[in-house]
Amino acid sequence: MDRPLRLIPTEVTPAAELARTIEALLVVASQPLSLGELGEAAQADAAEVEDALELLSERYREGRSGIVIEHVAGGWAFRAAAEASDACARLFEKPVEKGLSPAALETLAIVAYLGPVTRPEIARIRGVNVDGVMAGLVERGLVAEGGRENEFGAIRYRATPLFERIFGLESLAALPRVDDLGDDVTQIRERLEAVAEKRPA
Amino acid sequence: MGASPVRELELDLDAFEGPFDLLLSLVLRDELPLREVDLAGIVVAFVAQLAERGELDLDACGEFLILISALLELKARAMFPEEDAELSELEPEEAAEELARRLAAYRRAKEAARLLRERLDGRRDLFFRLGPAPFAPQPERRLAQQEPQKLAAALRALAVEPPQPSTAHMALRFPPVSQFLERWRALLGRRARFDFDQEVEGLSRVEVAVAFLALLELRKQNEIAIAQASPFAPIRISRADAERSLSWTVRSA
Repeated sequence: MDRPLRLIPTEVTPAAELARTIEALLVVASQPLSLGELGEAAQADAAEVEDALELLSERYREGRSGIVIEHVAGGWAFRAAAEASDACARLFEKPVEKGLSPAALETLAIVAYLGPVTRPEIARIRGVNVDGVMAGLVERGLVAEGGRENEFGAIRYRATPLFERIFGLESLAALPRVDDLGDDVTQIRERLEAVAEKRPA
Repeated sequence: MGASPVRELELDLDAFEGPFDLLLSLVLRDELPLREVDLAGIVVAFVAQLAERGELDLDACGEFLILISALLELKARAMFPEEDAELSELEPEEAAEELARRLAAYRRAKEAARLLRERLDGRRDLFFRLGPAPFAPQPERRLAQQEPQKLAAALRALAVEPPQPSTAHMALRFPPVSQFLERWRALLGRRARFDFDQEVEGLSRVEVAVAFLALLELRKQNEIAIAQASPFAPIRISRADAERSLSWTVRSA
């Protein structure tokens, strides 16, 4: 009859054994584990861990398993498959990203893209005070203090690994690019000048 | 356009009374310090005028907005001269450049926020475990070489039975004053006078104190007289009537 699905071979090769160990580590972890952490715990070198992760990626993927492995926030982690989302949503909340306001998202974007930044720098870009919004983001764990500015000693903020996890980013470098926007400084300026010319002197 | 409803707006403010137009010229000629003008009052007056007319004159509203915002800016600069210095350093050209630069930066921030929102929406269906890392790095504390004997000695010192606290003070009992009142009355019933120290001999300090209190009580009720020849001399107690007869005797003697 139907053969049980076995992607990890039954004969215990060293690679299969390592894959099992890594599987075990990931199931215990509550946040992504880096190659280094996995290698150290499993007593294997990075290349071996990568091979094992490849085996696991094949086994734990959307459509094949209720558990999916993902490369996120500088490490590897298990998550629920998208097809189980309804069931998950009935039982679990997503407290970190729930109810993020447009202002919070804008502030978060500035921290993620330009961080580490100070609150006055963010306020200058957004044109409003951001103290309350920042406090909320810190409380959610999406941004954290990351050193101090040299000149005045203002606290600098950066996006956290939790931010990367929530937004499904391998790292901040994986953020989508925004610089290819239609309007650059020159265009905006031309528009401003056009408006100014229409105004009676 | 005929007479402007804005410029003819009648104002009745603390610092100025008259049409808005006149206020403007006074301010522009530096004849009226703007920081003393209640701009909110002007806005209220304009809104009241609008309400009276019952129709929305968009031209008038636009003109008013331009004028009042110019006044607000002037007033703000007058109130914060340092900021004014910083701003006035910018040539109009530079100011436009700076404004355009800021607008561009803000547009980027808004676009970045939109991209983040998109990503978030794309992951709406994905659930995963979140929690504090169970392997939070533990700072390693290295202890110096320890001697088990010392530890044992310290434990032994701690294990010694503590001394029983003395409860002697709790045995202190105060006999009722009434007991001594009865005793002194009974005594005075038999004898006209007695010597306090003799009577309380052998009693505890507390009992002596209570016995003395009883004496004071009797004295207060005028039942006895108390006499002492000199400090620390024996205290003599006598019935009040006996004392009287004695003093009489002494005087008569």
